[in-house]
Amino acid sequence: MATGSAQLDATLTPPRLRVAGDWTLAHYATLEKVVATTKALLSDSTAIDLSALGALDTAGASLLVNLLGAARLGDLATAEPTLPTAQRALLQTIGLAMADYQRPKPVRRQNSATEVLARIGGTMEHVWHQQRRLLGFIGLTLETLARTIVQPRSWRVTSLVAHVEQTGLDAVPIVALLTFMVGAVVAFLGSTVLADFGATIYTVDLVAFSFLREFGVLLTAILLAGRTASAFTAQIGSMKANEEIDAIRALGLDPMELLVLPRVLAMLASLPMLTFLAMMSGLVGGALVCALVLDIPPVMFVGLVKSDIGVRHFLVGIVKAPIFAFLIAVIGCLEGFKVSGSAESVGEHTTSAVVQSIFVVILLDAVAALFYMEMGW
Amino acid sequence: MNAVLKPSPQDDVIQVRNLVNRFGTQTVHEHLDLDVRRGEILGVVGGSGTGKSVLLRSIVGLRRPTSGQVHVFGQDLLSLPPEKRSQLERRFGVLFQNGALFSSLNIVENVAMPLIEHGGLTRPDAQTLAGVKLALAGLPAGAETKYPSELSGGMVKRAALARSLALDPEILFLDEPTAGLDPISAAAFDQLILTLRDALGLTVFLVTHDLDTLYTICDRVAVLSQKKVLVVGPLDEVAQYNDPWVQSYFHGPRGRAAEEAHEVK
Ligand SMILES: Nc1ncnc2c1ncn2[C@@H]1O[C@H](COP(=O)(O)OP(=O)(O)OP(=O)(O)O)[C@@H](O)[C@H]1O
Ligand SMILES: [Mg+2]
Repeated sequence: MATGSAQLDATLTPPRLRVAGDWTLAHYATLEKVVATTKALLSDSTAIDLSALGALDTAGASLLVNLLGAARLGDLATAEPTLPTAQRALLQTIGLAMADYQRPKPVRRQNSATEVLARIGGTMEHVWHQQRRLLGFIGLTLETLARTIVQPRSWRVTSLVAHVEQTGLDAVPIVALLTFMVGAVVAFLGSTVLADFGATIYTVDLVAFSFLREFGVLLTAILLAGRTASAFTAQIGSMKANEEIDAIRALGLDPMELLVLPRVLAMLASLPMLTFLAMMSGLVGGALVCALVLDIPPVMFVGLVKSDIGVRHFLVGIVKAPIFAFLIAVIGCLEGFKVSGSAESVGEHTTSAVVQSIFVVILLDAVAALFYMEMGW
Repeated sequence: MNAVLKPSPQDDVIQVRNLVNRFGTQTVHEHLDLDVRRGEILGVVGGSGTGKSVLLRSIVGLRRPTSGQVHVFGQDLLSLPPEKRSQLERRFGVLFQNGALFSSLNIVENVAMPLIEHGGLTRPDAQTLAGVKLALAGLPAGAETKYPSELSGGMVKRAALARSLALDPEILFLDEPTAGLDPISAAAFDQLILTLRDALGLTVFLVTHDLDTLYTICDRVAVLSQKKVLVVGPLDEVAQYNDPWVQSYFHGPRGRAAEEAHEVK
């Protein structure tokens, strides 16, 4: 196969442009250069000779149309009797299409300093809007909850149970295992540090305090933020991208009631239960290390916990669970509703849901710790 | 270049033999046979849910049939090593029933992608050429930078058509290309396919419910019914076939209207 070419024979009058060889996608780069150099040399009077033209595809035809110009294409039929009808039709079809098509103008770039400022401003404004939307969404969720709670007919029990299974039951193994190991690690740390003071017995207090007040709820919340908030966003997001949310609205149903409430309630039910499990499993991990390393038998461990640790430590830990649960679920759902049609957007918002919910959980936990300290709880 | 014009020893570019497709207990195809000849436009018709899209997916190698052979260009796609398979797939253009545009790329980028990946073009060249293909497919100017989620249903079809045409494929698989197009665009589409077939020697596997398209551009028509290809041949022969579904399809009110419209021309 010969690469396409276009040669101008200026010795003839009028000058003659001989187009030959294959004008196909495979030779696009070469041909494009040929077109660029030859086009400038053409004048209205130049005669065109296409008799040696080989294979022609749409890519080649678009270059050829570009070279010849729309005007010459019009009288190809008379000027080029040897050109096969099929190729002529292709050239003319492409010519017509290209007449409609304008090359998109490149976007002018701003200078970099203004761009940086603009981006900072844009991001700040974006963050502000997101917070307002989150507040609005929380309000909407509470309002829907208040409205549905008095109408038992509109309770979505099946959906709720299914979500409790997914967010709660299915998370039991991972939560238990993880907190068990962290409990063991905390006990190890305690035994190492406290050994210097001859106070290894306080390892029990360390494990119990940290798990009842902080680690139980915090670890569970972070795990569920990664596991469930992302799932909520991806589920609702792909429904949004697929116009399923619009379909729900068009059917006169309420997506808040149908999609958000069961998820929020399931989370509200699951997180406290998982937190309790996490606390127990952390204590077991700690007790195991105490038994193996510090020779504190489990019976003594339980006895020490009973005598040293008041029930209020458990209470201040567990009351955080429903609050975290509500926020994680609401953030996951809201991010899902923000998805805009593309697969990429689903990914972006899923990431954002996880980051936001973990951030909110840790922030609130820190605030709560300060508050409890001031209150002397 | 003469390779395209020389009569090839292998004139059936697609051969389907004894194809069986099952989903669980549901049998969609039972011992289905079909040949598609080089350079023809084959119209595939059949009621909704008769397995036209599944047949298309089996031929392009996206679905492993329960049993049976599918040969494209004389080769069994599913048993080829990956590079060979990819080379073969490059010679296909597929328009999926729902468009299947990449939602995170805008339309120009959608069409430019195969040109960059397989055509070896630079990004600006590919985008210019993609613009031409989009115009060819009849997409209005100014829509090039939109994302698939921002398009109308007909625009999705056109953009998907432009993408399937990007590499000037040898076989074009079209799943209901004119569904959702207005009649004027549908007629323009018919002409475009004819022009491209004549100029490039395309083979077209065209699933359609559009009777006008069948009458205007199809060389042969295959009727999918009762889990197999019931009849295949030139349209007027197929229309005479003695089967209640075929009869009501071609001689129902719409079939008659399309036939008359075609005869007037
Ligand atoms: N992935 C799948 N899993 C289970 N069943 C499927 C799957 N894909 C298709 N089917 C079934 O196979 C049958 C044929 O489907 P197909 O999409 O091929 O229909 P079609 O002929 O293209 O119809 P239409 O004209 O409506 O597009 C249908 O009954 C469908 O339910
Ligand atoms: Mg289909």
